[in-house]
Amino acid sequence: MTTLAATGRIPLSVSRRFLAPATLLVLGLVDILVFGKYAHHGDATFAFSQPFAKVTVPNLKVPAAETAYALGAATIVLAALRVMDLGKVVRRLSIGLALAFFVIALLCWAYGGSVNSFNVINQFQGTLADSIPLILGALAGCLCERSGVINIAIEGQLLIGAFAGAIFASAFGVLWLGLIAGSLAGGLIGLLLGVFAITYLVDQIILGVVLNVFVSGLTGYLYDKVLIPYSNTLNSPSTYLPIKIPLLGDIPIIGPVFFDSTLFLYITYVLIVAVQVGLFSTRWGLRVRAVGEHPAAADTVGISVKLTRYRNVILAGLVAGIGGAFLTIGSVGSFGKDMSSGKGYIALAAMIFGRWTPLGGVGAALLFGFTFELQSILSTVNVPVPSDFLLMVPYVATIIAVAGLVGQVRAPAADGQPYITS
Amino acid sequence: MNLELQGITKRFGSLVANDHIDLSVTPGTIHALLGENGAGKTTLMNILYGLTQPDEGTILADGKPLTIHSPKDAIAAGIGMVHQHFMLVPVFTVAENVTLGDEETRALGLLDRRRMRRKVRELSERYGLRVDPDALTGDLPVGVQQRVEILKALVRDAQVLILDEPTAVLTPGETEDLFRIMRELRASGRAIVFISHKLKEVQAIADTITILRRGRVVGERPRHTSEDELAALMVGRSVQLRVAKTAAKPGRVMLDVRDLVVPGGHEGLPGAEHTAAVNGLSFRVRAGEILGVAGVQGNGQTELCEALMGLLPVTSGSVHLNDHDITNAAPAMRLRSGIGYIPEDRQQDGLVGSFPVSENLILDTYNRPPFASGPALNLGEIRATAERRVKEFDIRTQSISAPVETLSGGNQQKVILAREVGREVRLLLASQPTRGLDVGSIEFVHRRIIEERDKGVAVVLVSSELDEIYALSDRIAVMYEGRFTGFRPPDVPVEELGLLMAGIGGIGTPGDGAADSSERTPPGDSANAGPGSLEQPDSPERTSPGAVQPDGPGPPEQAPPGATGPPEPAEPAGSTERAGSTGAAGSDGDDPTVTVGKPT
Repeated sequence: MTTLAATGRIPLSVSRRFLAPATLLVLGLVDILVFGKYAHHGDATFAFSQPFAKVTVPNLKVPAAETAYALGAATIVLAALRVMDLGKVVRRLSIGLALAFFVIALLCWAYGGSVNSFNVINQFQGTLADSIPLILGALAGCLCERSGVINIAIEGQLLIGAFAGAIFASAFGVLWLGLIAGSLAGGLIGLLLGVFAITYLVDQIILGVVLNVFVSGLTGYLYDKVLIPYSNTLNSPSTYLPIKIPLLGDIPIIGPVFFDSTLFLYITYVLIVAVQVGLFSTRWGLRVRAVGEHPAAADTVGISVKLTRYRNVILAGLVAGIGGAFLTIGSVGSFGKDMSSGKGYIALAAMIFGRWTPLGGVGAALLFGFTFELQSILSTVNVPVPSDFLLMVPYVATIIAVAGLVGQVRAPAADGQPYITS
Repeated sequence: MNLELQGITKRFGSLVANDHIDLSVTPGTIHALLGENGAGKTTLMNILYGLTQPDEGTILADGKPLTIHSPKDAIAAGIGMVHQHFMLVPVFTVAENVTLGDEETRALGLLDRRRMRRKVRELSERYGLRVDPDALTGDLPVGVQQRVEILKALVRDAQVLILDEPTAVLTPGETEDLFRIMRELRASGRAIVFISHKLKEVQAIADTITILRRGRVVGERPRHTSEDELAALMVGRSVQLRVAKTAAKPGRVMLDVRDLVVPGGHEGLPGAEHTAAVNGLSFRVRAGEILGVAGVQGNGQTELCEALMGLLPVTSGSVHLNDHDITNAAPAMRLRSGIGYIPEDRQQDGLVGSFPVSENLILDTYNRPPFASGPALNLGEIRATAERRVKEFDIRTQSISAPVETLSGGNQQKVILAREVGREVRLLLASQPTRGLDVGSIEFVHRRIIEERDKGVAVVLVSSELDEIYALSDRIAVMYEGRFTGFRPPDVPVEELGLLMAGIGGIGTPGDGAADSSERTPPGDSANAGPGSLEQPDSPERTSPGAVQPDGPGPPEQAPPGATGPPEPAEPAGSTERAGSTGAAGSDGDDPTVTVGKPT
């Protein structure tokens, strides 16, 4: 009879409709007025191979200022297209392109006229490495929240995973023991979360924060009292070395980015597939999602809500724990106080950004990982921006992503609600 | 399977929900469980389905004792249940919902969606429960969702099927369809337990009727038992099923609503936030008449009431009360200007559960004399008023200082009623005023509403119970998807209302077309007013329920509903309803409020 029945929705409100084009316009103007105008005279060089690679790809030199101008102009064209509202594909594409243009223009500005070249391979390799804890954290979030338990404790799980990983790998001198210990430690926090959230019905958001504070305090205390005095034995683990996969690892560009990394990246690949397929294509996943959406419905067909939730919360902890172990034995080696530095919260944001789906979460985590890496590379060149601001980039990107781009998302219907039977 | 319950007893604290209940269910019959709310019907069935454990008693299947500790045991024993609140995951497909817990899988636990789909299709064809296995459950009309629930039980090969208040959410047409399915299942040799408190439905479908009252079986009757006898057994005394009322004497226009649009967003389903819940309503209510708003729940009635009370913002349109524009007035202003409001959810919106009865009786006027003097409450006056109202409205409470949440539903509703009509009221907004009440309380509430009307109050009654609409209304409006599909006199045949409630017919019919256009014309210009018209002639004949309709395009001209045939919401994804609505869309084409809603 009306649009109610016919289409089910009316278009976005006016302010919302012009928000995206306006954002694109601003990005385009920054490309031109900041990056183009202030770029040093000369070319920016982009390298696509690492030294000593079997197959090399030639470097790309572009005139810095002119490129930035062109990209800015292209972004403004996108903004104009966006006003016309040409459908979902164009919408998505326009944001992606505008962001890509923005980053390239930024790099033109940073590297214009410089003797250094920006190594694209390093950037992407670093992106993947930086993303590992974020991806695993986001997967943990999916596992947990799809069953209806809110998981704020990812941060704590990462931190305790890093802690346990360092100690066990260091004390026993066996790396895989560190990996397992890190995972189990995360699972233990998951168990705690489960006991209080599922059995004792504690408010899950408060509980998650409390667990994070608890882990931070515990590891901080033990770090001061144990790890510093005995740092030679307990806090000096070796780290996993990159494993290059034969053949695949030699493919130009793709090889070094995806197939020349530590065991952690390969575990992450497996887990991404496992969680995505598991949640959406198996009996187990169907039941988990039923429990997260409508626990009573699951209960009345004989699925145990509590068991399902416990299992998933602990599984999530195990996964996040691996991500935590990466922070020490997969990356820098020794444990440092509060070294997860908010990555758990960013992983949580990635999961929400990814609309509670594993693949979406992975995409968001990669985006955040990219900004982390970009920030760390830019901090090594002479960019006339204080390093404090550069450090803020990943977090600012998180806020913009969640507030601006995500828009309305739908959590599992029973997320955060304890299931009480009479 | 011959199922027998013996001496089932269940206590909740001091309350005995089931008191030594015996019940025997035979295959190939429909056994109705009739009783008021709180009589223990649902508790009994929850015990049978393993959701609650009995304190005493045994369950026998074909003479052998059966232990049921969980729904799993019940399913294994061949018992299926369709719950009053559907146990369906809205974001799952029909096939996923039906097979949940009993999935078809391949190696590694991977779902075999093709087999799941086929299973659903086969079953639905066998029992005439047409539904698309790939449809998203949350998008389906309620009647179809119920079929999914039934399929869920059948896929597990339930021999005893419990239907808990299945008709509460259905249109009359959908109810007929459900009855057809029930008969079919009976013919297949299954036993059906039909829980209801609606006498007519029980009489229409049941083979045997067991009546429960206060946790006890008070009788077992065959289907041909009279309505009065069943009602008396249910309540424990003889009751007046329909309150007597005289013809209405409509006065001046009290409430004047024009092109009201209220945003939706209550549903929580994706996309719901963009739809308008009330989509261009225009109507008037005169002093001294009751406008009954019929319709299946969730068609914008809640939002309409909340917008009239100022609880929801209005997108466009206007609301005038007694010639004053109150479109954007605050709720407190509206209370002061004389609106009484009986909200749909009394515990949530009507009362403060932990406050005593006396304070709940003055929630609207606590800051005005005589209950307040300056910043202080006048406790003596509050107590005196409470004592008086408790007596006048027959509110059964231990004392006026008892927390209102300790009262029964009927008495809680009386507290609200006493409060809302206790002050000077020009308009009474009653939303589902008797939902969940026992027959006795219903009688009382109905009588008070009619009394208010006779005092010259304009009444808007929103109800999804057609019996209530018929019993009280002087005019009936049917709401469907945020609009009125038609105005009808109170003697309109129930079939016609049913079609209107399903969005079929209505605006498209000639009589209604006139009504529709007259809704949009300025007042006074009502030359072509039909029976469905907004502007009612002040002739009294239409207002008495039994009166003959001498004028206007009456029932004979309501051809389109008949031509469309009985509602057949059995189409996959409810396409009939959609068809009905798209048909109506033509007449809406020039409506500015609709073009706002169209994607550009």
